[in-house]
Amino acid sequence: MSMTVLTVDDSRTMREMLRLALADAGFHVVQAEDGIHGLEVLQAAAERPQVIVTDINMPRMDGFGFIEEVRGDQRYRGIPILVLTTESDAEKKNRARMAGATGWIVKPFNPVKLVDAIRRVAA
Amino acid sequence: MTQTTQNAGAGGLRELISFRIGAQEFCVDIMVIREIRGWTPATALPQSPAFVRGVINLRGAVLPIVDLASRLGFESTEASDRNVIIVAQIGEQVVGLLVDAVSDILTITDDMIQPTPDVASETAKTFVRGLIPMDGRMISLIGLERVLPDLELEAA
Amino acid sequence: MDPLAAIRETFFQECEEQLAELEAGLLAMEEGDSDPETINAVFRAVHSIKGGAGAFSLEALIRFAHVFETALDEMRSGRLAPSGEVLKTMLRAADVLADLVRAAHDDDSSDDPRAAALVEELKAMSGGAEDTSESEEDWGDFEFKPQVIAFDAPAAPAGYVVRFKPRADLYAKANEAALLLRELTRLGEAQIELDAHDVPPLADLDPEAAYLAWTVTLTGDADETTIREVFEFVDGDCELDVQPIADGDGGGDGGEALPAFDLSALLAKVQQDGANDPPLIVQPDEPETAPAAAIPPPPPAAPVTPPPPANDPHPDAQGPGARKAAEGATIRVDLERVDRMIDLVGELVINQAVLAQRVMEAGLARASAVAVGLDELEQLTREIQDSVMAIRAQPVKSVFQRIPRLVREVSAMTGKPVRLVTEGEGTEVDKTVIERLADPLTHMIRNAIDHGLESPEKRAAAGKPAEGVVRLSAAHRSGRIVIEVSDDGGGINRERVKAIAVEKGLISAEATLSDEEIDNLIFMPGFSTASEISEVSGRGVGMDVVRRSIQALGGRINITSKPDKGSTFTMSLPLTLAVLDGMVVSVSGQTLVAPITAIVETLQPKAEDVHSLGGHARVISIRGGFVPLIDVGLALNYRADPLPATQGVALLIEGEGGARAALLVDAIQGQRQVVIKSLEANYRQVPGVAAATILGDGRVALILDIDTIVAVSRGETRKAG
Repeated sequence: MSMTVLTVDDSRTMREMLRLALADAGFHVVQAEDGIHGLEVLQAAAERPQVIVTDINMPRMDGFGFIEEVRGDQRYRGIPILVLTTESDAEKKNRARMAGATGWIVKPFNPVKLVDAIRRVAA
Repeated sequence: MTQTTQNAGAGGLRELISFRIGAQEFCVDIMVIREIRGWTPATALPQSPAFVRGVINLRGAVLPIVDLASRLGFESTEASDRNVIIVAQIGEQVVGLLVDAVSDILTITDDMIQPTPDVASETAKTFVRGLIPMDGRMISLIGLERVLPDLELEAA
Repeated sequence: MDPLAAIRETFFQECEEQLAELEAGLLAMEEGDSDPETINAVFRAVHSIKGGAGAFSLEALIRFAHVFETALDEMRSGRLAPSGEVLKTMLRAADVLADLVRAAHDDDSSDDPRAAALVEELKAMSGGAEDTSESEEDWGDFEFKPQVIAFDAPAAPAGYVVRFKPRADLYAKANEAALLLRELTRLGEAQIELDAHDVPPLADLDPEAAYLAWTVTLTGDADETTIREVFEFVDGDCELDVQPIADGDGGGDGGEALPAFDLSALLAKVQQDGANDPPLIVQPDEPETAPAAAIPPPPPAAPVTPPPPANDPHPDAQGPGARKAAEGATIRVDLERVDRMIDLVGELVINQAVLAQRVMEAGLARASAVAVGLDELEQLTREIQDSVMAIRAQPVKSVFQRIPRLVREVSAMTGKPVRLVTEGEGTEVDKTVIERLADPLTHMIRNAIDHGLESPEKRAAAGKPAEGVVRLSAAHRSGRIVIEVSDDGGGINRERVKAIAVEKGLISAEATLSDEEIDNLIFMPGFSTASEISEVSGRGVGMDVVRRSIQALGGRINITSKPDKGSTFTMSLPLTLAVLDGMVVSVSGQTLVAPITAIVETLQPKAEDVHSLGGHARVISIRGGFVPLIDVGLALNYRADPLPATQGVALLIEGEGGARAALLVDAIQGQRQVVIKSLEANYRQVPGVAAATILGDGRVALILDIDTIVAVSRGETRKAG
């Protein structure tokens, strides 16, 4: 039974790259375009995703807002969340962690590292 | 009847379709031929050269018909049910060539093509790429690139 | 297509969208928009482009986008004020970014000279805020490497002892100790010991607190860095201690002696207490390398582990499945599929016409069930056709989008400040028309600025504001789309234009022309050459080319001008190139189609109304005025002798600039909507013929190019008169 990953990113290119990398590794991929859409997808999902991968800079609700919402919801707070970041300075990473991110992946992401990071946080 | 080549080393194999206009025989590379169909009356085009007979409907596309006899410098064809239209792809365009009848499919090698003798009319020079001897007849190999009217001639 | 290549294409498409957002946002800010969301959107646009560029290793693009992004970040965080100067630089940067994107798409790696200069300007604006940790990185391999003080033991240690005690925060971020330990076991042979002495009695247990600690003795080749990497995400949320195994420590006793831990007792207690059904973590699939002596990481049977993980036995109420993505849902469709559908619908229209004709020929009564059914079919076909045409309809915005940049460039080149006003960007037109609008439009805008607008000095002298205004608008009018380009410049210098036309033999010196006719002289082929441009205050080169492009689209263009006030180009185009409402007529035994939009009325000429001007030229009197009577059969060379006017029917038509004429045909067969088939596709343009169509009987009928027929006849009428 394959794991379901929810990817949240406003860039179509990035969504497709994530889908390609994750599907290749055998994951089932569900996608959303921004924080608000991500919450909608979570609500509507028949099966809760086991991991979430999210971008930070998005319209309507950014990554920080999204993580806080997810962590604030009883149903979803246990889902590991990895943030995608091109911003490698400690301050941004810290902010993500303060918001409740489980881990991070640096963009441009290496598909192998992406899968490794997921395995480190999800069974 | 197809003629199989004996010396494979002397150039690639080519397939040609041969056809008849009046008493003469011609052939073209089969690769440019889309289909062969019977004649239908064409809708005349104003201000066009005599060899452009008009246009017909080919399954929804508008196809110009060139009277090849006239184009090659012979007498215009009196078109009727017995004529044949060879639909050919010339560059980006599809054109119908009005001829008398289609004869055969020939398989030849490049070395069988003899150069055009320097006798010739302008038309021969424009269209004839070479001569192919076959069973005692000479079949002229035609290149279709210039079969449609040249643009410069039309500038009013 | 290779999936990565497909995504690359997606990336470039997305870039175009982002570039449009970027420009729109910067322009809005120039107009005074101070909404933080606008600047955020602008930042995100460049951020997105940079992200994707990184994925495809487009170096030049990455470098430029990075500097641009940094400057935008300064702006969005309030450290850089969005002054007019700053925004102008940003707009130039946006233009360069667009060019770099396109160069990357075309695999053109030549340097853009403007990029280096702009990079310096942007850096200066960012005031050294640039984040140096990113600038020199090798993008593909960036790793977070914690600083490790290297204690190089003379020989590599046999292994390490890792002591790991998570804090509550670790679990709060949904990290799982078990998974981390599992990762460790992948690095070598691991012996794991649990330290549970901090676990309080069940009653005092806080499910969200952290009580457990582990000591892992890891033997193998893994070095300290790799081990610490496993805990990369939880750094700061746990106590982590990594020590090399001292020589001689066979690997048993890595730390303090741990009290024995009775898992089964604890489990029993838990089950008794009927605690909230905490599920077991699924044991990792990889075979445990821990030797029998070690206790495998405890499953969170103990309510120590916080929030129930994914396999919660109480699935919550599913959110209403009906909650779809918002209003205005769209889908992306392959353009080829749409085109194919439009072709098929076109064929449907033809087929239905053929059927209708055959039914008529079969002599069925108009009221018969078959005829009625056919009428319904025709209704339905029209509706399908309308819906399908609407699919391909797009707002002209996509063409108008390129204009602001064009205006900036020409304005800079000519040194004339220009303000662009656009209206009606949402007006929808068939995609086929839109694509072919771009070039003519570009031409006209260029001309408006270059030739229409006066220099700032001249404008000042005339009491006009230094900044010239160019207005671009689109609207639907009587079934066509009308696009106007106007400027508030000096207008057409009619004296000069007339002089040039006479000089070039385009008109005779004695000819009297209305102001409007003089203005439209600029469209004549051969009107101007490059040398004229600098002298003439009117329009310049290329107008005949523009007119021909518009005509090829089935459209019309003309110009109106007021001296010192400005000029307006008006283009009228069909809504779609695919279908035409036509009047089917007979001319010399040929069946032709005339576009209905051009036809004002039809009439039966009376002998007394028709007058000859000499040769074949005739005019017909209509309500007190005279218009040329054009014998279509003659004009197209279908006949050598003119048709007596009383034997035919006259179609009163209106062409460009309101010019009227009457077309004499043999008879009118009827009105029909016809599907336009291109003549140029397989042949070439034929003078007097706009396109072709296929009639009900399967034969090809030509569609008349009214404007050309009229123009040619006018020329002849003038010569005769």
